[in-house]
Amino acid sequence: MITKRIIPCLDIKDGQTVKGVHFENLAKAGDPVSLAEKYYNDGADELVFLDITATNDKRKTILDVVEAVASKVFIPLTVGGGIRSIEDIHNLLLAGADKVSLNTAAVVNPQLIYEGAKTFGSQCITIAVDVKKIENTYFVVTNAGTKKTDYTVTEWVKKITDLGAGEILLTSMDTDGTKAGYDLEVTQLVSDMTNLPVIASGGAGANVKHFTDVFQKGHADAALAASIFHFNELPIPELKSQLKQAGVNIR
Amino acid sequence: MITVLNYGGGNLKSVENVLNKINAPFKTTDKASDIEQAEAILFPGQGHFGQVMANLTEKKLDIALKTALNKGIPFLGICVGLQVLFDSSDEAPGIAGLSIFKGTCHKFTTGKIPQIGWNKITTTKSNSFLTDDFYYFVNSFHVVPEHPEIVSATANYHVDFTASVQHKNIFATQFHLEKSGQIGQDVILKWMNQK
Repeated sequence: MITKRIIPCLDIKDGQTVKGVHFENLAKAGDPVSLAEKYYNDGADELVFLDITATNDKRKTILDVVEAVASKVFIPLTVGGGIRSIEDIHNLLLAGADKVSLNTAAVVNPQLIYEGAKTFGSQCITIAVDVKKIENTYFVVTNAGTKKTDYTVTEWVKKITDLGAGEILLTSMDTDGTKAGYDLEVTQLVSDMTNLPVIASGGAGANVKHFTDVFQKGHADAALAASIFHFNELPIPELKSQLKQAGVNIR
Repeated sequence: MITVLNYGGGNLKSVENVLNKINAPFKTTDKASDIEQAEAILFPGQGHFGQVMANLTEKKLDIALKTALNKGIPFLGICVGLQVLFDSSDEAPGIAGLSIFKGTCHKFTTGKIPQIGWNKITTTKSNSFLTDDFYYFVNSFHVVPEHPEIVSATANYHVDFTASVQHKNIFATQFHLEKSGQIGQDVILKWMNQK
């Protein structure tokens, strides 16, 4: 049976990883290729790169990063951040990305999901769904959580499913950065209502229970985390071995 | 020398990256004549069954592949490169596959679709390249061969399904060897170095 996936996320700005990554034996601090190789060797099931480069003229740097990583790391690579067109998607796939993650652009222009799925196949169109609970209802938010949309999460998930999305990367803005655990309520809500695989994101701390809960109670198919891996608070080999002991199906 | 088929889709780059990594000499082509004269053929997959067959037909690669496979040229197919070896697929009703093997491709009916992630395979006695290990799958459809003896590995995704086939010069996997880490590379090396 298919295993639950553990996915480290690397934030990339101007071609470098951000959030001071602390590994003594990495060749170069801030070098995304070295970090990606480390996670690959540690047993990560996939990698996600989020490009947070602010200026358009430096956007091309993400393509160089993807190309360099793809020549050394042989697990699936998903790239998100600033993708607005079929051409953007095509360039990333040509550089070696296996999937792209669409967020704000998908809300602004849902047709991009349909066109992307039709052109490249649903399997490479991941939709990053950022949610925030407002008066007991989960709403979709965009622009890194700063802008509320009119979509409730259930409306939006139905819509992207119909448009041909292949996977959902679900981030709860309420738990993101708290390290108090994933948002089990919204993860379960989305996982149970859709036929698409769901990657849970936002809130993982250095606590294996956060992961067992998101798989067993939240029904997530994969769990994404960043800082606990970057700061070596919960190394992937240790996390995976403890998850196995807890009865989670893990590679 | 491995001849990699470029049918105008799929994740060509990932396969080329792996071949570079394992120092395998290869060339990439979209020409029917190259396929017919190849020493070994690698068909990397990703895409829609109907679209892939249309691309193959347009460039007469369908005929070239049939000729090459009947001649006994070693062949490795990945994902849709496995599926098109069969008669048809529920993904593209009415579109004929290469019909190297009898059978069709069915859609999964239970669970999240597509299947995305690492799944463990169980090899059969027809297998000589794979180990019972985890490989990376991304698929909504799976092949159902009429002749079970060609199945070289199975896996389970709410239902037991064919994970790979092996018969004479033909070897094809539903999972992505190029995205299955070191284990996937070992399999490609073993296939490359076969007698």
